[in-house]
Amino acid sequence: MSTAEATVALPPGFAPAAEGSREAEAYFLNMGPQHPSTHGVLRLVVRLDGETVLGVVPHPGYIHRGIEKMGENMTVLQYLHLTDRMDYLSALFNSHSVCLAVEQALGLGVPERAEYIRVIMSELQRIASHMLWWGVFGMDLGAITTFFYGFRDHEFISQLFEQVCGARLTLNYFRPGGVAQDVPADFVPQVKKIIAQTRRSLDEFDRLLTQNVIIQERTRGIGVLPPERALSYGCSGAVLRASGVSFDIRKHNPYSLYDRFDFEVPLGKNGDCFDRYEVRLREMAQSVRILEQAVTQFPAAGPWRAKEPAHYKLPAGAWFHWVEAARGAFGTFLVADGGAKPVRIKNRSPGFSNLSVLDELARGAKLADLVTILSTLDIVVPDIDR
Amino acid sequence: MIASLHSPLATELAARYPATHPVGDWVRAHLSPFGAFTVNALLALALTTVFVSLTALFLVWMERKVCARFQLRLGPNRVGPFGLLQTLADGAKLFLKESFMPREADFFVYHLAPLIPITSSFMVFCVLPFDHHIQIADPQGGLIYLAAFLGMGVFGVLLAGWASNNKYSLLGGMRSGAQMIAYEISYVLCLLLIVLASGSASTRDIVLAQHGTVLNWWLFKLPGCGALGFLIFLISSTAELHRAPFDIAEAESELTGGFHTEYSGMGFSMFFLSEYSNLFVAAGLGTTLFLGGFLAPQFGLGPLDRALDLVPGFAWFLLKVYGLIYLYMWLRWTFPRLRVDQLMALEWKFLLPLALGNLAIAAVLVTLGWLLP
Repeated sequence: MSTAEATVALPPGFAPAAEGSREAEAYFLNMGPQHPSTHGVLRLVVRLDGETVLGVVPHPGYIHRGIEKMGENMTVLQYLHLTDRMDYLSALFNSHSVCLAVEQALGLGVPERAEYIRVIMSELQRIASHMLWWGVFGMDLGAITTFFYGFRDHEFISQLFEQVCGARLTLNYFRPGGVAQDVPADFVPQVKKIIAQTRRSLDEFDRLLTQNVIIQERTRGIGVLPPERALSYGCSGAVLRASGVSFDIRKHNPYSLYDRFDFEVPLGKNGDCFDRYEVRLREMAQSVRILEQAVTQFPAAGPWRAKEPAHYKLPAGAWFHWVEAARGAFGTFLVADGGAKPVRIKNRSPGFSNLSVLDELARGAKLADLVTILSTLDIVVPDIDR
Repeated sequence: MIASLHSPLATELAARYPATHPVGDWVRAHLSPFGAFTVNALLALALTTVFVSLTALFLVWMERKVCARFQLRLGPNRVGPFGLLQTLADGAKLFLKESFMPREADFFVYHLAPLIPITSSFMVFCVLPFDHHIQIADPQGGLIYLAAFLGMGVFGVLLAGWASNNKYSLLGGMRSGAQMIAYEISYVLCLLLIVLASGSASTRDIVLAQHGTVLNWWLFKLPGCGALGFLIFLISSTAELHRAPFDIAEAESELTGGFHTEYSGMGFSMFFLSEYSNLFVAAGLGTTLFLGGFLAPQFGLGPLDRALDLVPGFAWFLLKVYGLIYLYMWLRWTFPRLRVDQLMALEWKFLLPLALGNLAIAAVLVTLGWLLP
């Protein structure tokens, strides 16, 4: 009876503490859904002993909109713009995975020029997303200035996006069989300018934050994720690669034109916060490499979208395709029964599985480390809640 | 160095830098001793209040401008010329806001806490020598008085954290208490270093002891020890001020607002005001102890020295103070925050032994008279 009462008194997700254990002395702290460093509307309930974290239970769901369920009541083309609202900081990847699944279903090819546009836009999006993450990471560690430097460089890319498709955040640009419209005439010179700017910025980032002794002290050896645990939790993206597991869908299951480009998959050694930080910075450099190659190979003219049936119906069957998004593997599972609307759409988002390691990483760390770990996991809450 | 209060050098300095202000003299000449004391005290009180308020207003504006420039922004530029009246507008907003108190908070302590740091800051202002004749009081144990009142400020933060009955506030208050107690030690050791060198704890005497060229400032005159002491002073005073990289007490990313999470309106603005007047006090103390206070910098070049000497002392004082304040702001807007345990390790394992060793070496140097000429 007394055990049942104790369970009721505890916040959901926590086991009752044994008599005389460290947990029995602990108290609970509610972080979020409104909190400066939970990156949106994530709620964390933390069991603390002084400043030491004994356990974390994340409560996602505050921004659940039922996007996948809504997808069952609309055509795939209508669904495309909803996907932008999942991981809104890297919106293009979401629609890319849906487009690839639909193209698989319809057996639709993509013109070469459209593929190049997709690759360039995707890599720009990856850089933009990582830059924003870099700025916010600095802010989570108390260096507010980095936020503005991250945003400055993010802004150049946003401006180009605005010229290409009229939107800055929720781009709604990729379509099954290509992209929504052609790029402006000065697209390539603009991308070249961004490449040069990004190189300069990466250098600046290194000097401002990476080499800072406080950053080193606060990230090295904090939140160590062993590779086997990372794999068993289904982590992907920089979180997985920082633990030393080489898994990049662009490299190991190439889609679009990624087999044409020469680039490396940056790997970490220890799987700590610093490795996750460094892997992301090196990924930006690799994206710049891909961009440079793509810009030189970019076909001057050609169609940007394949001819597709006007009112197409998805044939009966199930398809899955995933892409390497900025935060990891983003996949779309599509089931259709021959109608215009899919029967079921399921998105595999990287944020959800990356967030699930939080409790394991934060145990035994300090409260400030919890914020560092959460920041290097780089979650976007609407991507988790969908 | 002032060896004795009656040495010829001390007499000469006292004649060159008279301690009494013409206004005070005029009041004393026209009123009875008790009346003169009352009028002068009221004058000093009014001046301090006005000065502290104006300084805080200006410093908030300056911090916002400086950080904006660091962050590729413009900062406040709408209210008044260059946005100078922005702080006034914000102050009016804070004044008109409802002072909200959590239901479970301790009424008396909750309302008392914001007043403590600002009081201690005012008390410290009294012994800062702005000029040789602009100093409210010059007690012989000036630095001991200073250390006592600087240490008092932590009670406000600690009590605010405790009385708010909020876990974030409590964590912030406890962090702040641990931090202040730790860094107070190396802070006071820096004060002791200067007392040792000057042979006096009076702030005015400390400044006068640095009379001469720039090399006579304690920063340079104590070979090595002065510079190291200044560095330790800078670090520990940044920690005392709760400014980044030592702002763990209000650590926004973990503790939302730290100890002042539950304060709004005037309670919050009192904390805010004390934060900036303490910034001025810390920079003023650094100037007094290490940078020659109100003395004009002299380089041993006749005409240049005479020209620099024409500028009034309080202008030099303010110039040096604002230079130091800019340094504090620079640090704040560049560095990320340390973690609590790293902060403690830095003090107990590194700064404290360093400051103690520095003091011991300085004692030997002073005894042997191995100072710069």
